[in-house]
Amino acid sequence: MNIDSFRKIEQSVFYALVAVIGLIAMIGMGASYYMEEHGHVVTGMNNQIVWGMPHVFAVFLIVAASGVLNVASIGSVFGKTIYKARAPLSGLLAIAMLAGGLTVLMLDLGRPDRLIVAMTHYNFKSVFALNVILYTGFFSIVAIYLWTMMDRKMNGFSKYAGFGAFIWRLALTTATGSIFGLLVARQAYASALLAPMFIIMSFSFGLAVFITVQSVMYRWNGLVLDEAVRRRMKNLLGIFVSAVLYFTIVYHLTNLYYAKQVAFERFILLDGGIYTTLFWVGQILLGTLAPLAMLFYPDAAKKCNMVFFAALLVIIGGMCQIYVLIIGGQAFPLSIFPGMTESSSFFDGQIHSYSPSLPEFLLGLGGVAIAGLITTIAVRVLHFMPEDDFRHIERRVITD
Amino acid sequence: MSKVDNSRRNFIGAGAVATAGLVIAPGVTLFDMANAKPAGEAASSAKRWGMLIDSSKCTPGCNDCVTACGKENGVASTGHPQTDPQWIRKIELKELKSGRSHSLPMMCQHCAEPPCVDVCPTGASFKRADGIVLVDRHICIGCRYCMMACPYKARSFVHEEHHDQNPDVPRGKGCVEACTLCVHRVDNDQQPACVEACAAGNKDAMLFGDLNDPNSEISKRIATYATTQVRADLALNTGVRYQGI
Ligand code: SF4
Ligand code: SF4
Repeated sequence: MNIDSFRKIEQSVFYALVAVIGLIAMIGMGASYYMEEHGHVVTGMNNQIVWGMPHVFAVFLIVAASGVLNVASIGSVFGKTIYKARAPLSGLLAIAMLAGGLTVLMLDLGRPDRLIVAMTHYNFKSVFALNVILYTGFFSIVAIYLWTMMDRKMNGFSKYAGFGAFIWRLALTTATGSIFGLLVARQAYASALLAPMFIIMSFSFGLAVFITVQSVMYRWNGLVLDEAVRRRMKNLLGIFVSAVLYFTIVYHLTNLYYAKQVAFERFILLDGGIYTTLFWVGQILLGTLAPLAMLFYPDAAKKCNMVFFAALLVIIGGMCQIYVLIIGGQAFPLSIFPGMTESSSFFDGQIHSYSPSLPEFLLGLGGVAIAGLITTIAVRVLHFMPEDDFRHIERRVITD
Repeated sequence: MSKVDNSRRNFIGAGAVATAGLVIAPGVTLFDMANAKPAGEAASSAKRWGMLIDSSKCTPGCNDCVTACGKENGVASTGHPQTDPQWIRKIELKELKSGRSHSLPMMCQHCAEPPCVDVCPTGASFKRADGIVLVDRHICIGCRYCMMACPYKARSFVHEEHHDQNPDVPRGKGCVEACTLCVHRVDNDQQPACVEACAAGNKDAMLFGDLNDPNSEISKRIATYATTQVRADLALNTGVRYQGI
């Protein structure tokens, strides 16, 4: 195959890919229209579990969006060359994932038609409103940052823009964590630990997404990532995954010993059914221990697939973690009268049930597709391919 | 002096209209939010409406308050218990240590420091000067953050279209709602429907009144007997108090 016919095939594959991702995004939008037409009664969400599958997707995307920018920060703010070459892609992914996450969040509202109301009425005491402002600002700052990186004339400002984005991103993830951390009445959430935990989760999920996307891009272009680069990134991911594990342990221990939420902890860790399974199998085994073993396996850096699959597992584990946090946290009933058993027609005192319906799942997937679409098109049109070390990279396209 | 200065009169007229407009505007919004306070007359912070519920007079199995609320506010079951709104519900309690049981109605506690109002991104959740906590259905975007924040599970999300609404109590799919303390009745010097129904059944477990007035029946009872605020540890200063638990 010569390079020309390879290009042709590659081009049609690109259009096919855009079409498929676009279709998934359209289906997601359709699902949200269906939910709005019929009301949330067609979802699995109810008056007990008020935030469901869409929120799991949205929170994951938003948290990872902030974390994926870490790659750029390490490059610009801390001056590491191999990360610098990856900064544009990292900025692009940040914008794409935030856009996907916010779309899901917005389309899940009871009244998505009131977007203007949401943009014009602010209660400044609300962390939620603060988040809306931080998200909007994030788009602009990262856009400016991308501009300073991609326009030669602006390169000199890149360090400052990068620093601004770095600080903004920390504030943003702190605020996202605080959406939950300030819910004092709920056993699962009333913890100051949630804000820093969200930051470290964002580092881990963001880097995992970056590695996954980068692997796909290199493979798509028939390139092989330099081993040294791969080694650094996999070690960093390993550190982040361990840090999330550490925070998870501290979170549960403080809940047990300090906050005395024994019944809640028992529910998540021992007899919470799906939540217990998702915690132990999803988050801990698949999302933490397995990738750690793979990342720190002696020759891991030599094996592309190993690092790629480890990153993929971190993403799956992250989704499980957020599911347990958001849904599991609500499934456990509020203790309105501590020291008493409660029962009522409104399900007081009972474990609340939730079975996600197809439309809400499709809406969440639609958000991922939007992020994917933005990334795929931008990578094609503009110059986002990390390009540091072509000396080490062998061109694998065979011209026979 | 027979000649009238028309330009001056016109000016005053215009001024009066403008002032009236300003005064009426909040009244109009309030009316839309489920109430019947005469236009222009704002709720006064001199009052703080509250309720005292005596659980020793409340009997398990009695649902009169719930039924009355449903009728008054047009909150009906649609056969979807998981998603049907409940503004007031009966809770049966059993003390873990002593085994003693209680039965009582639970609804929005009309907190003086309401978490639902703090978290609401648009300001749709608000507290009136007289302490009644309401949702402005015109700016609620249905994010449900207030439901996450309320410690009493007092709020419901409207999951589907509802018909047969009470014109005084507009409700709508996609918004959050809760007990309004029957604000439309209170503003007409009536008692909330639940309180009236409880008294009509000769139970008299619910007492409504002004917590700010030391001479009101409710204030006197609170000054005399041991009463509790539910989850007092959260320090929300609830307007609904309980006796006997
Ligand atoms: S009881 Fe709940 S809904 Fe009512 S004022 Fe307090 S926090 Fe808000
Ligand atoms: S659901 Fe409505 S009232 Fe509740 S926090 Fe959101 S906007 Fe405010």
